[in-house]
Amino acid sequence: MLYRENGQFKTTYRADQQIFPILQDRIAIVGLLAVAFVAVPLVASDYALRAILIPFLILSLAALGLNILVGYCGQISLGTGAFMAVGAYAAYNFMVRIEGMQLLAAMILGGLTSTLVGVLFGIPSLRIKGLYLAVATLAAQFFADWAFLRVPFFTNYSSSGSVSVASLTVLGISVESTSRKYLFCLAVVCVFALLAKNLVRSHLGREWMAIRDMDVAAEVIGIRPVYAKLTAFAVSSFFVGVAGVLWGFVYLGSWEPAAFSIDRSFQLLFMVIIGGLGSIMGSFFGAAFIVLLPLFLNRVPALLGIPMSVSAASHLEFMIFGALIVFFLIVEPHGLARLWSTGKEKLRLWPFPH
Amino acid sequence: MGPFLETLLGGLMVGMLYSLIALGFVLIYKASGVFNFAQGAMVLFAALAMARFAEWIPRLTGLNNKLADNAIAFCGAALVMLVLAWLIQKLVLGRLVNQDGITLLMATLGITYFLEGSGQALFGNDIYKIDIGMPKDPIFILEQTFQGGILVNKEDLYAAVIAAVLVALLALFFQKTATGRALRAVADDHQAAQSIGIPLDRIWVIVWAVAGVVALVAGVIWGSKLGVQFSLSLVALKALPVVILGGLTSIPGAIIGGLVIGVGEKLSEIYLGPMLGGGIEIWFAYVLALAFLLVRPQGLFGEKIIDRV
Repeated sequence: MLYRENGQFKTTYRADQQIFPILQDRIAIVGLLAVAFVAVPLVASDYALRAILIPFLILSLAALGLNILVGYCGQISLGTGAFMAVGAYAAYNFMVRIEGMQLLAAMILGGLTSTLVGVLFGIPSLRIKGLYLAVATLAAQFFADWAFLRVPFFTNYSSSGSVSVASLTVLGISVESTSRKYLFCLAVVCVFALLAKNLVRSHLGREWMAIRDMDVAAEVIGIRPVYAKLTAFAVSSFFVGVAGVLWGFVYLGSWEPAAFSIDRSFQLLFMVIIGGLGSIMGSFFGAAFIVLLPLFLNRVPALLGIPMSVSAASHLEFMIFGALIVFFLIVEPHGLARLWSTGKEKLRLWPFPH
Repeated sequence: MGPFLETLLGGLMVGMLYSLIALGFVLIYKASGVFNFAQGAMVLFAALAMARFAEWIPRLTGLNNKLADNAIAFCGAALVMLVLAWLIQKLVLGRLVNQDGITLLMATLGITYFLEGSGQALFGNDIYKIDIGMPKDPIFILEQTFQGGILVNKEDLYAAVIAAVLVALLALFFQKTATGRALRAVADDHQAAQSIGIPLDRIWVIVWAVAGVVALVAGVIWGSKLGVQFSLSLVALKALPVVILGGLTSIPGAIIGGLVIGVGEKLSEIYLGPMLGGGIEIWFAYVLALAFLLVRPQGLFGEKIIDRV
């Protein structure tokens, strides 16, 4: 009843091509942004911002990047953690080594470095496909783990092997308090989500999807696989690299290579699959699910009043996490985004099904 | 020459253990098209079961014969893997038939988490010992040929023999039994196999069970070398480059790939490691496999990939 597009006529091409063609969607998204930018920093507790919302935002950005590669271009990557690490460490080096480097500039430069590395490790995708490629991308992961641990140049010869950053400022404004950090992440994520949405609607996005659906047929109709695959790797690793910068600088503050280990790569892949392959919205759903699930599982024994040792609780958490992943894949292999769009379809007819 | 041969031999031994794990991957991938990321967790789970059974049985039955204890524990653990295979097929893969490869891969990742959690919840999370009475003392061979001879671990030799026997048994099973023939038929062509009356469900359970037993043997060998602990499940990550190097669908590929990776890893650690700062073992195998795939995208013995529009 509320969600119906009857009577909304599009009279210009502009109107036809907008991101949210339905009025109610536009209202909803403006409302959501208003809540996220204004209400949340005022209302949410420090803990909620620091432990839930900031990681959620940063990981959704990374998931968005991965979704471009896996969901839109069909190239499976298990090395996302490595590209995050490259972004973070590159930005750190730019910050430390260049006098007066701005955080935003370092973030972009970190992303660009990650792009370069991403393209480099994307080159095998021209020859290798599917699961072979997935395993081959692990090379990037293990190489990065090793390089940031063993090559002292990358960590600026720090004796402990961990690096840390202090006093973040963006355009002269200090982003030290939790709510400012949150707002900074939110702003970055919004810009990048808009960018991603427009990219996948452009000719480039359509080339990626053609390659994903059938690369030989795409080649036959004149799409260059080299160009399409490598741009997907480039754009994806740029996003992931920027997410890595945020993860290191804003969320962690000081970090070691273990922060970007293979577990991070799997976690991001889970987000993309559970959220929905080939969906911008899905990346956010997936990130929310994976960030919230362990927090929730942590609480369950306490809530039910079952006394449990820490190790038993962590084993149980592992089991439930694994079981839920499998359950989700069985019930909705196309992810939460598919559930969302089914729900919207239903809502259009509600309450009169005919 | 002596140290070189010693490294080479050491690499071959490690490589053979990689092959054992890779074998589990290949068996499952061939028969069901599932890239089983949970193979490492299965190794851990099986080894934990075996280690704990061997500990519990003397206490429960008062039987103090080491051989009998180990044999019973091995059978018990094999039974556990059989049940596990049936459960995985019934509860997970049977419901995901015809899904994308990546969805199946993710499902096995979910199984990995579940097995790692439940294995440690059921059997405890300490470091356990598996003692199947393998001799630990090193021996020297070829003392006449080289100064000082070559140092070989007897334990490794035994492990090599066990692995060889297992591979031979598997080959016999696949070539000579009716079930083995059915398995090969399914691996060749699912639909054709189904149309001549081979029950796919049962075949998949059998394949997972065989892979489970292979995991058990790998777990026992690794476990008696290094002790059974959580890091065992990470050994599987070492076996992944073996699988793609050898080709996902080829059993000889898994074996030769394992040997190549094992030798490459050890030689590179000794001869390239000092130049690059050491510890290159973790990524060298992957880079080696990657470089090789650039030349032959389907691996050493994989089926040729033919694209049709």
